Amino acid sequence: MFASCADPSTLHGPAWLLCYLTTGAHIAFYWSFVTVLVLLVVTAPVALAFGFAGAVAARSPVWPVRILGRGYMAMVRGVPDIVFFLFFVIALDQGIEWLLHQVRCPDWTEPVRNGLEFRVCPAAKVPPGNAAQIWHQLYGFALAVFTFALVFGAFAANVLLGGMQAVPRAQLETAEAYGMTQRQVFRRILVPQMWIYALPGLSNLWLILIKATPLLFLLGVRDIVYWARELGGTKTSAYSFPHPDWRLYYFLALLVFYLCMTRVSEILLGRLTRNLSRGQATAAGEAQRKAAGGAA
Amino acid sequence: MKKLLLAAAMLALTSGAAAAQQTVRMGTEGAYPPYNFINDKGEVDGFERELGDELCRRAELTCQWVTTDWDSIIPNLQSGNYDTIIAGMSITDEREEVIDFTQNYIPPAASAYAALSPDVDVRNGVVAAQVGTIQAGHVAESGATLLEFATPDETVAAVRNGEADAVFADKDYLVPVVEESGGEFSWAGEEVQLGDGVGMGLRESDTELKEKFNAAIQSMKDDGTLNEMIKKWFGPDAAVF
Repeated sequence: MFASCADPSTLHGPAWLLCYLTTGAHIAFYWSFVTVLVLLVVTAPVALAFGFAGAVAARSPVWPVRILGRGYMAMVRGVPDIVFFLFFVIALDQGIEWLLHQVRCPDWTEPVRNGLEFRVCPAAKVPPGNAAQIWHQLYGFALAVFTFALVFGAFAANVLLGGMQAVPRAQLETAEAYGMTQRQVFRRILVPQMWIYALPGLSNLWLILIKATPLLFLLGVRDIVYWARELGGTKTSAYSFPHPDWRLYYFLALLVFYLCMTRVSEILLGRLTRNLSRGQATAAGEAQRKAAGGAA
Repeated sequence: MKKLLLAAAMLALTSGAAAAQQTVRMGTEGAYPPYNFINDKGEVDGFERELGDELCRRAELTCQWVTTDWDSIIPNLQSGNYDTIIAGMSITDEREEVIDFTQNYIPPAASAYAALSPDVDVRNGVVAAQVGTIQAGHVAESGATLLEFATPDETVAAVRNGEADAVFADKDYLVPVVEESGGEFSWAGEEVQLGDGVGMGLRESDTELKEKFNAAIQSMKDDGTLNEMIKKWFGPDAAVF
């Protein structure tokens, strides 16, 4: 990065360290923090949407929809994450390619499955074989977001279902007494009130999601834990910056990162809890009302 | 819904790609210096990078480098995420059953034990090796207690922190570790010859690609450039053809 870094073997002390910390590999390490943050920012709302859909489906009066919603929650929550990340992603990837294969290469005669091999025609490869590396990475990233959202959506569905069931029946009955339809009750009364009951569970899921990102490497996306292990490992003179086993320091840096993430999340979630409690028939909502000087 | 969107995006992304020439994707581990490693620029480097680029030049192929976990390196080849494995993989009968190999580009080389003291009992002690390697198979058969790790670096670290008595790996990998440890590491036990040398792994159905690489490796063996490259990366004492 700097001109003075051209020959690392001549450097010592802080100059060496400066050059070491700005190598291409380290820049990639710093970028992987951004990758992880982007993944979190994209995955969380998608997972929440999956969860909401799952919860609504699970309490649907139509039984096939109900079975679907409950089945989704039970299946995904019951399967270990690592199985999901190894098996499901490969199945999804091959499923997409198989579909494209049927569409684009109807004349292809060789079998797609040949023993353990999976072989589609070149036109059906996703991304195409000659695509730049960046497309392969984006594709892996998209698969990662989808898989994370699917897994965490199932847990979120259960939490949201619990939240919906925790809304006091009296609130819904009052709404019905005012003549609202089931749809209106759901939209105006149930959904706005369920969040406060679902929030503790959702905040747990969020914190687990933050720490689940090392699963990304199973999909070929290099995350912060991969880079910490790679950069921290003993480097012999095959590298320009040889050093002994420094994994401890790299993992300490990750520890600080994760603790900061947790702390920031706690502060924001605390604020959110306060806002959502306002006017609710919960202990926290009642306390707020008393503090504001409301009548008993 | 999401699946549909994804499929639609992929359709858009892949259209018009069929006619263009295919790139050969070279899968490697990137954690096994000097065979292959991620250098300080963050790129794949090492003996196999130089060799692979030269082979692609001779076979007139466009190549692209991909890194992956050692654990999943064969399944990823089979499901088509890349087209070759060029990762210091020894040719063995077990692997021949699931994938094909080119002719070897490194002759059968020695595997060795490294330990903190030369008189460690490598037959009865705890020996660290990388999971899924011929060395791990050998340790399991030798009667020693096998301790497996996902990356080569972790096998060396296990000896350093006392978890294992010795590490067993390709000698070429351990040479810089032992020599640069300042006397901390020394060779233990005897060297062992394992496997039929190192070759490139390909899908069994990719016979055409295999022939191209076979021809390229043969031409490098014939004009002596392969031996020079081996000596450059593994030292003047390395086994050559």
